[in-house]
Amino acid sequence: MSAERLTSGGKIDRGQQLSFTFDGMSYSGFKGDTLASALLANGVRIVGRSFKYHRPRGVWGAWVDDPNAIFNVRLGGYEFPNCAGATTYLVDGMELKAVNAWPSARFDVKGGLDLFHRWLGAGFYYKTFMWPDWHLFEPMIRKMAGLGRLEPGLSEAYRSDQSHDQCELLVIGGGAAGLAAARAACEAGHNVVLVDDHAEMGGALYRVGGVEGTDAADWVAAQVNAINLAGGRILTETTAFGVFDHKLVGLVQNRTFGEAPKLIRMRAGRVLLATGALDRPLTFANNDLPGIMSLDAADEFLGRYGVLVGRKIVILRNGRGEDGIVDRLKVAGADVADLAVGEGNLSAYGRKAVRGVIMDGNMIEADAVLVSGGRTPLVHLWCHAGGKLSWDDYSSAFVPAIAPDGFAAIGAANGTFDIDDTLAEARARALGQSVTKAARRDPAHPPRLMTGWRGRQWIDFQHDVTLKDVELSARENYASVEHLKRYTTLGMASDQGKTSNMAGLAAMAQLTGRTIPEVGTTTFRPPFVPLPIETYHGHHRGQLFHPLKRLALEAEHRAAGAALCEYGGWLRPGWYGTGDPDDRAQDEARMARRSVGILDASPLGKIEVMGPDAEAFMNFIYYNTMATLAPGNIRYGFMLTEQGVVYDDGVVARMGDNRFIVSCSSSHVDGVSRMLEIWRQDGNDPDRLFIHDTTQNWTTLTLTGPKARVVAKGLELPLDLSPEVFPHMAIRECDMDGNPLRVARVSFTGDVSIEISVRPSRAVALWNRMCDLAREVGGGPIGIEALSILRAEKGFIIVGKDTDGETMPHDLGFAAPRMRKKTEYVGDRGLHSEAANDPDRRQLVGLAVPAGANRLTTGAHIVSEPVNPKSEGIVTSSYFSPTLDRPIALALLARGSERHGQTVTIWHMGQSCMATVCAPCAFDSKGDRLHA
Amino acid sequence: MQIFTCPFCGERNETEFHFVGEAGKVRPATSGEISESEWARYLYAQRNDLGSTREIWIHLPCQELFLMERDSMTMGVRGTRKLRKENG
Repeated sequence: MSAERLTSGGKIDRGQQLSFTFDGMSYSGFKGDTLASALLANGVRIVGRSFKYHRPRGVWGAWVDDPNAIFNVRLGGYEFPNCAGATTYLVDGMELKAVNAWPSARFDVKGGLDLFHRWLGAGFYYKTFMWPDWHLFEPMIRKMAGLGRLEPGLSEAYRSDQSHDQCELLVIGGGAAGLAAARAACEAGHNVVLVDDHAEMGGALYRVGGVEGTDAADWVAAQVNAINLAGGRILTETTAFGVFDHKLVGLVQNRTFGEAPKLIRMRAGRVLLATGALDRPLTFANNDLPGIMSLDAADEFLGRYGVLVGRKIVILRNGRGEDGIVDRLKVAGADVADLAVGEGNLSAYGRKAVRGVIMDGNMIEADAVLVSGGRTPLVHLWCHAGGKLSWDDYSSAFVPAIAPDGFAAIGAANGTFDIDDTLAEARARALGQSVTKAARRDPAHPPRLMTGWRGRQWIDFQHDVTLKDVELSARENYASVEHLKRYTTLGMASDQGKTSNMAGLAAMAQLTGRTIPEVGTTTFRPPFVPLPIETYHGHHRGQLFHPLKRLALEAEHRAAGAALCEYGGWLRPGWYGTGDPDDRAQDEARMARRSVGILDASPLGKIEVMGPDAEAFMNFIYYNTMATLAPGNIRYGFMLTEQGVVYDDGVVARMGDNRFIVSCSSSHVDGVSRMLEIWRQDGNDPDRLFIHDTTQNWTTLTLTGPKARVVAKGLELPLDLSPEVFPHMAIRECDMDGNPLRVARVSFTGDVSIEISVRPSRAVALWNRMCDLAREVGGGPIGIEALSILRAEKGFIIVGKDTDGETMPHDLGFAAPRMRKKTEYVGDRGLHSEAANDPDRRQLVGLAVPAGANRLTTGAHIVSEPVNPKSEGIVTSSYFSPTLDRPIALALLARGSERHGQTVTIWHMGQSCMATVCAPCAFDSKGDRLHA
Repeated sequence: MQIFTCPFCGERNETEFHFVGEAGKVRPATSGEISESEWARYLYAQRNDLGSTREIWIHLPCQELFLMERDSMTMGVRGTRKLRKENG
């Protein structure tokens, strides 16, 4: 005989029958059933297999403490992995599949693994698969391990909503304690939120006859009503899964099956934990057989779901007082033997399900064995918040001791089991009062343990940790509780030790001659229950996780056929047109060298530095002397870290005596602006200096190439562009049709370049006009890929690509300020450190390959010798130059500046080739084109 | 998630803030001689106190630096105040 559904009783709706399948067999349940209760009601005993030995597993718990009933659930064409059977409500049409079992939980081909348990103890894998190399075995072992399957085609709609909320008092748990506390606080005028993870309030009260002289159900309804009337909020099916800094409590609210749960970040003024307690298992031989379950769970299955777990029941108690359950089981039709467990030998027997127990040599037949090792207060959240525990001898449990700021535990969570004590405690705590009267505790004997007894005694049901493994752990000196956990995986199953921790601690204490409090507990960490990862990220995924900055001209770029890619946080044209991107970049680079290219350079930094102290500040921030820069001019420079390492490069334009524009790298604007702001406020007078990032106030289009001036002239700008009055490295501001216009002559390509900046509202007109004019002379838009080639031909670096975390300006050929600049600047001391003076520093060089050779691989090493290679440097940029019709490369190479002309070996993935060190600039080294 | 109080904007989530440095660190005058060890101490040595700490933070939306006293053990914030001197 096994479990069965009673014709009456429970809180299920017998009017609504739901069909489902499990491992291919059809069953039915009722609305209100969980997967676990529905399977039990259908007489299913084996619901899954354990993780390691593939032992048959039955339902142990009726709620969050069940480690065994885990299913992959298919519904509506989607598969949801690892659904906890005891907390997932049944939905019509669900197809359940046991995890870690094939073809079914009942007949699992790997069940034979259990025969080898003698050789598969704790640490077995690490000890056995050492030779010759663990990595040879790892893939096979990984394939065998793991629970559930992640099927392709997960529902795209499976998204978690997230919200933020706050309250004065958060009460967690809607049993007697929680309801009484929430009502008292609401009626005293507090803003209260009460959460409970069940669909209805009342906890286990429905099992007891009456509360404070009224029927329990009426009492619960009265409290709920009073809370609602007093303005309290009640959230059902909501689990508090973690407490984080500053009393942030993570709440997760279940929605319909198939919808991701909702995350609520609740900021509470005070928190009352009324989370109750869990029945813990007893350790005896074969205590893992299906049909053995927690006493509390059997009571719950009977009372809540109308399921009687057996007709011939044995109860094994370790001290917990009788509270009516025997009568309830008897009334339901069971034959009950209520046994107190002593020091004697105890084992269960049966093969795929329990058939009875042997106690002190007496065989007692049973089709269900209900176990109560005493109740453990649920102190997870208390510990998340930093609360301390103390060991209570009387109830043999850890109970809350020193409270975290703003927290209190009430009722069973505090070790208070008497109903009247609970209500008094709850009402006092709700009003922030202390509780003077010591609550009566629930007696329990210390967890019993039979070492040396034949038969395996299970401690962690899901992960197959037995007493023998704890013994081995103690013997091998993994006696600390944190070591025990990691060595044996005790408590690392998906229930995170809710059933196994106490038994494990007790075993280790006994084996090492210590007390349980001396052994201590492992750290409790969120989440209290397993959560789908979607709960945490919510809508923070894809573009919402990392929003890109967009160009004002994005639509125009798209219309021109741009391939938009991310470059340093911006969505920018990489190239235009279809076909091979490399070919497009080559064509664009060639076009820019022959005629003119138009580049959208809007992301280039435009940070304004203003005020009477601006000049001194700029001189301090930059490696290069900026004090001598005349208004209307532009200067190239480096910003360093205090270590002397290049942090950013770019040009500075001086717009007036007290106004500069820092044009830092496009991808670096946020970092540079923060760095400037920090120096402004730390060590400067912030009333004499102002920093403002105006990057996104402008659209900048750059004309570059021999025909740049022709196109610029065609734009009819109100400016004289002739080189005599507007030379290279100059900037002009003017007004065009009532709008500001800024024109700069600065080149990142080596060709004449004219940067024109307008307000984004004028950008489309400028772009269209430029494109028309460029087309007439054989030019057009170019993307970032082409620009990268053009700048590399000139040996111009990109910080972070051609430099690394050690590169200093003198490694790049900019040594003068280091030797001559007299005033203080950021990085000055770092530039004279021992490391900075090292003669073997890696310096920027160019690399040329022999005629006909392929281009080098970016990231390849430059090695001392091909046989026993030692890296002397790295290839940082490598392109085929369409202008020179040969590959070019930039590299950082030890002592590079004195090695021009040397032949070096380039090594990449076991292949080596030769290259010649040369100057970084491969094209127009005299700079004639710039002034053409 | 911690809550910090920006002296200019009020209470905000910690994600709006960035740590700048421990308070009281003064950049040595680099125009004079500074030994390697003195410079290394300025750059790398942190008090990293367990318990009461004084730190400089920046509130990113308003870009203002401020001083925060907090407890690195309990994560409690003891107070924040403006870095800049009040007028008068």
